[in-house]
Amino acid sequence: MTPPAAPIDLGRFQDGFAQALLAPEPAAATGLAPEIAALARQPGFAVYRNTVMKGCIDALQANYPAVARLTGEEWFRAAAAMFARQHLPAQASLLYYGEAFAEFLARFEPAAGLPYLPGVARLDRYWTESHTASDESALAPAALAGFAPEALATLVLHPHAAARWTWFADQPIYTIWERNREASFDESEIEWRGEGALLARPQGVVRSAKLDAAGCAFLDACAAGLPLAAAAGAAREAQQDADLARLMQILLETGAFGRTSASA
Amino acid sequence: MTACLTAGLGLKPQHYEEALACPADGLWFEVHPENYLVAGGPRLAWLDAIRARHPISLHSVALSLAADAAPDPVHLARLKALAERIEPALVSEHLAWSTWRGAYHPDLLPFPRTGAALRRIADNVARMQDALGRRVAIENPSHYLHLDSHEWDEIDFLAELARRTGCGLLLDVNNVYVGAHNLGYAAATYLDAVPGDLVMQIHLAGHAPDPNLGRALLIDTHDAPVTDEVWALYQRVVARIGPRPTLIERDDKLPEFATLLAERDRAHALLRAPLAAAA
Repeated sequence: MTPPAAPIDLGRFQDGFAQALLAPEPAAATGLAPEIAALARQPGFAVYRNTVMKGCIDALQANYPAVARLTGEEWFRAAAAMFARQHLPAQASLLYYGEAFAEFLARFEPAAGLPYLPGVARLDRYWTESHTASDESALAPAALAGFAPEALATLVLHPHAAARWTWFADQPIYTIWERNREASFDESEIEWRGEGALLARPQGVVRSAKLDAAGCAFLDACAAGLPLAAAAGAAREAQQDADLARLMQILLETGAFGRTSASA
Repeated sequence: MTACLTAGLGLKPQHYEEALACPADGLWFEVHPENYLVAGGPRLAWLDAIRARHPISLHSVALSLAADAAPDPVHLARLKALAERIEPALVSEHLAWSTWRGAYHPDLLPFPRTGAALRRIADNVARMQDALGRRVAIENPSHYLHLDSHEWDEIDFLAELARRTGCGLLLDVNNVYVGAHNLGYAAATYLDAVPGDLVMQIHLAGHAPDPNLGRALLIDTHDAPVTDEVWALYQRVVARIGPRPTLIERDDKLPEFATLLAERDRAHALLRAPLAAAA
């Protein structure tokens, strides 16, 4: 007579179950505890495998809609499944799932022919960050009108909590993203050159704008706490022909700034 | 506060405007708090607006109470902050695990109901209740697997968990139906054995046959109307234990708001009936 086996330890059960959930062929996975291997052979085990993968893939598709539109759903879901097997969500809120997705796409061989995908994924990510950032009043477009020129020069414009921007030196990522974030019928030719992007949320809706190198340098300087005169200098340094009046109009209309302060 | 709640609906972003405006008697809404753990923005603004008009239930899916580890204190603190903001009518979680060793598996995973598991889960439920400063309801999950290592049956396990922690139960009638069908026991017998005084809330949802195995394996899909069999079991429960706040859960293949509201009205009428009879 063999004594009854001791009940499996809860933590060891979870180690084995989690391993079998992600194994390519759970029934054939080696090193599983006999109890887990027996569970993995039951037809019901596939329900958990499918639900976990579907939860991850659905979340990625929701969080990266421009990437999914560019690649087509079938390609996207296959790539997302490979990503999910390598990177399960690290936090319980799937709203932010996919932090490493842009980097994954940059190294993903089947995406080599679509070199703009990682950049588009970064802008999808920025959209999520902007959408869920802290609430803050955006600096109104007319707010700077009352300042004397010398007071403006020393004013610090702080980027809004929901503002995200970046410069893509080699590719028109913003235009590609903007045409694919939602269905677009704009099929005009895209000029293949570097572009910057700004996403912000002045009220309840995320807005975006194309920036030039000067715009991105200007915002970088503002984020570093530099006053307007120095930010303007940084913009001109990035791009000699910078149109600062036009730039300020775009930034204010998109809601790039929150509070202001006088420089020390 | 829960005395006035009858039947509620899961709140979906597609339905925010209609949910906000809906004047139905006894209506409340349930959300997964994980979808609202954000710093700000329109999602939270919608939830605040709807909360100003309707009671809200926070139905957590990711605290992983049945994992062999304490719930993530950071996640628990964020849940507490949301609960302080929303002042929910009810808070609930599942008798299941999802997060393990830092990885979140988006599902409600099974475990062997042993004495050791009971001690761990009672500790985790107590941590949740202590953090939130309130009694929570624990939900019976759907079952798809035969585990040989169970030492407790599920109702005894839940009742003992309630005795040790003071928690209540969220009785998901569809999960009982699906689990009973898949594992081969009688759903009605299970439901008749549930201690009625522990039940704080009831869930109803639709299910579907497995795409490959057909009705040999039912899946708790939340993508279809509640079936007649589940409605009948629900009536049986309400007749025995009395009315409880009841949620129509729909997470996939979302129909129009009016269609969901009609389904919730059916539960509302069933919940009002015993009150009318008693009056």
